[in-house]
Amino acid sequence: MIAEIGLAALSLAAALALLQFAVSLAGGRLGEVRALVVPVAVAQGALTLFAFAMLIWLFLRTDLSVRLVAANSHSLKPWFYKVAGTWGNHEGSMLLWVTVLAVAGAALALFERRLPDKALQATLGAQAALALGFFAFLLLASNPFARLYPVPPEGQGLNPLLQDPGLAFHPPTLYLGYVGLSVAFSLAVGALVTRDVGPALARAMRPWVLGAWVLLTIGITAGSYWAYYELGWGGWWFWDPVENASLMPWLAATALLHSINVLAARGGLRAWTIMLAVVAFSMSMVGTFLVRSGILTSVHSFAVDPERGTFILALLTIYIGGALALFAWRVGSVREGARFDLVSREGALVANNLILSVILGTVFVGTLYPLFVEAATGDKISVGPPYFNAVTGPLTLALALLLFLGPLLNWRRDDRPNLRRIALPLLVSMLVFAGSFLFGAMSPLARLGLAVAAGLTVASIMPLVGRNLRRTPLASWGMVISHLGVAVAIAGAASDTAFTRETLAAARPGETLTVGPWTVRFNGVDPVAGPNWTAVEGHLTATRGGTALRLDPQSRTFSDPPTETNEAAIDTVWDGQLYTVLGRQEPGGRWQLRLWWKPMVTLLWLGGALIALGGLLALIGRVLRDRRQRMRAREAFA
Amino acid sequence: MKLLPLLLLALAGPALADSAQPPAPYAYRQLEDARQEARARALMEELRCLVCQGQSIADSDAELAGDMRHLVRTRIKAGESPSQVRDWLVQRYGSWVSYAPVLGPETLLLYAAPLLLLLGGGLLAARRLQRRRG
Repeated sequence: MIAEIGLAALSLAAALALLQFAVSLAGGRLGEVRALVVPVAVAQGALTLFAFAMLIWLFLRTDLSVRLVAANSHSLKPWFYKVAGTWGNHEGSMLLWVTVLAVAGAALALFERRLPDKALQATLGAQAALALGFFAFLLLASNPFARLYPVPPEGQGLNPLLQDPGLAFHPPTLYLGYVGLSVAFSLAVGALVTRDVGPALARAMRPWVLGAWVLLTIGITAGSYWAYYELGWGGWWFWDPVENASLMPWLAATALLHSINVLAARGGLRAWTIMLAVVAFSMSMVGTFLVRSGILTSVHSFAVDPERGTFILALLTIYIGGALALFAWRVGSVREGARFDLVSREGALVANNLILSVILGTVFVGTLYPLFVEAATGDKISVGPPYFNAVTGPLTLALALLLFLGPLLNWRRDDRPNLRRIALPLLVSMLVFAGSFLFGAMSPLARLGLAVAAGLTVASIMPLVGRNLRRTPLASWGMVISHLGVAVAIAGAASDTAFTRETLAAARPGETLTVGPWTVRFNGVDPVAGPNWTAVEGHLTATRGGTALRLDPQSRTFSDPPTETNEAAIDTVWDGQLYTVLGRQEPGGRWQLRLWWKPMVTLLWLGGALIALGGLLALIGRVLRDRRQRMRAREAFA
Repeated sequence: MKLLPLLLLALAGPALADSAQPPAPYAYRQLEDARQEARARALMEELRCLVCQGQSIADSDAELAGDMRHLVRTRIKAGESPSQVRDWLVQRYGSWVSYAPVLGPETLLLYAAPLLLLLGGGLLAARRLQRRRG
C-alpha cells in the first residue's frame, strides 16, 4: 500500500505542476492568478516531499516487494544506511532531485516579495515547466515505486563503499545546490518573458544563488574528503566525469554570484547575468542527467537503456534549447547596463567571469570530448588529469592573482588604484617563491601555487584594512573570508603536490618503516567484525620526535555483495596528515602497507569550508539587510 | 562524488573479485631508486585503470591495475623512458589507456579549446568595454 500511496502522491503533484504551468501561461487577472498559483506550488512541494518520505519508509522497512528496495537494500543493513540507501540509486536519487525542485518552487512562491506579480507569475510558470518534465521522467521511465513479483527472500545489498556517513549527506547537499540553481534559471526566464531585467531581479536572485553555491561548495568539499579517505590511495580529486559534473555548476554559480553583484549594485552586466543564470542550471541538468544516464562512460552504455537516455536528451534539449532561444529572441530588448572603465570593480569582475567561463568551458569540452570522438570516429580516447591540470592550474592561479587587486578597486572607474595595498601581498608571494627553492625540486605549478596562496592570504584581508570593522557589512566579511578560503585551499593543494611522501611496502609484525619524518612500527593484525562485515585490523605506531600516534587501518570484507574495501586510518596533526592503509597478506606472511605523509593537506578542505562559510555570512547579511529595508519602507508608508 | 559511479557498479555485481594469484612484485612496492620511482609514479597517475570507473592505476585496488603498476615499474627500472612505456601501453590497449590524449587531428580541437575560449571571450569583453567608453 505504501508504494501505491507514494506513487499516487507523485502523480497528483505532477498534475498540479501541469495546472500551475497552464494557469501561469493563460494569465488572467493578476491578483487571482497569484492567489491560485501560490497554493498550487505549495501543495505540489508538499506532495512530492510526502512521496519521498514514503520511499524512505519503504527502505526503512526493507519492503522487498518494491523492486528498487530489493535491488539496493538488505534487511541486515544498519537503519541509518537503509535510509541513506534511498538515494543511493538511480530512481531514488531522481526522486530526491524532483523533491528538491518542487520544494524550491514552493519556497519561491511563499517567500518571494520583491518581484512584481507579472514577473513572479512567469517565474513560477517556468519552475512548473521544469518540474513537469522531471515528474514525467520519474513516472514514465524511472518509477521508484515499481513492484517486484515474485518477492525475493532477501535484497541485493548496497555497494559497501557507499555504506558511509558520506552517502547520507553528500548527495542531498549537492542536489540542494544543483536544484537551488533552478530558481535562478526560472527567475531569468521570467525576466526575459516580462522584459524586466534590473537590480530588482538581481536582488531576488541573489539569495538563491548564494544558498545554492554554499551547498555546492560544501558538497564538493565533503565529497572530495570522502573520496580521499574512502578510496585509500590518498587522492582527493580525479577529474572523473562525475566530479566534473558537480564542478561545472559550481563554476557557473561562482561566476553568476559575482556578476549578480554588478547587476544589483550598478545595474550592469544585464544580459550576461541572465545568460549565466541559464547556463548554471543547464550545467546542473547536464551534469546530473548525462552522468546518470551512463552516457559518459561510453556511448554504448547509452543504448543499454535507450528509453531513459532518449527521455533525458529530449528534456535537456527542450529546457536548455528553449531558454537559449528565448534569450536570443529577447536579448535585444534588454537595456545595456551602466557604463564602466576597464580599471574598475566591474572590470575586475568581468575578468573574473572571463576566467571562470574559460575554466568552465574547458572542463565541459574535456568531459564530453571522448564522447564526440567516439561518436565521430569510433575511437575511444581518455581525457584526464594531465589535460585538466595543465589548463585549469594556470587559470586558477591567474584568477587568484586577480583577487589581489579586484576587491580594492572602486566601482565604475578607478583612476588611481591603491597599488600600495597590493605591494605587501606581492612581496610575500615573491619571498615564498624564492624560499620554495630551499625545499628542493617540485613542479612549477606547485611552486607558483604556494607563492600565490601566501600572497593571497595577506591580500584577501586588505579590503578590511582601515575600515570600521563594526560597521563593515556582513556581506563584506563574507567576501573576505571566502577569498581567504581560496588562498588556504590553494595552499593545501600545492603543498600536497609538492611535499607528499609515499612509502609502499610489505612488512612482518615488528618491522619498522619510515615515511617522511615519521617512523612507523607495524605491531601486527587482529580480526574484527562489524554488523555486515568482517575485517583484519592492522596496528601501527607512528613516532616523530616526542609525538607518538596509534593508527588502526582495516581491510574489510563485506558479504552482500561480496566486496573488499580498505578503511584508511588517518591521523591529523597540526602540520598535516598521516595516511595509512592495510592491504593484503602476501605469500610468506608479510602484510602490504601503504603510508603517506601529507604536509598541510588539511588546508585544502579547510579552505573549502571557509569559502562556504563566507558565502553563508554573505547570504545572512543580504537577507537581514533586505528585511530591514522592507520594514523601513513599510514604516515610511504608514 | 567520486563514489557516485559506484552506485552503478553496485548494480554490476562483484566486478572487483580477485583471482587467487599472488600480486606481481611491484604492484604494491616502490622502486629502490627514488628518481625512477618518481618517474614511474607520475606516469601511473596518467594511465587509466581499464576495469575501474575513472581511476588511474596509481589509485586503484583492482588486480589489473596492480599488474599494470608492476609493468610500468619494471620497464622504468629497465631504463625505458616514461613516454616509451606509455607508447607501448597505448599500442597494446589503445588510446583509452592514457589520460593524456595524444595531440593529433582528433584532439586538435580539444587542445585548442581553452585558447579559443580565452580569445573569444576576451575579444567579446574588450568590444563591449570599448563601446561603453565611446
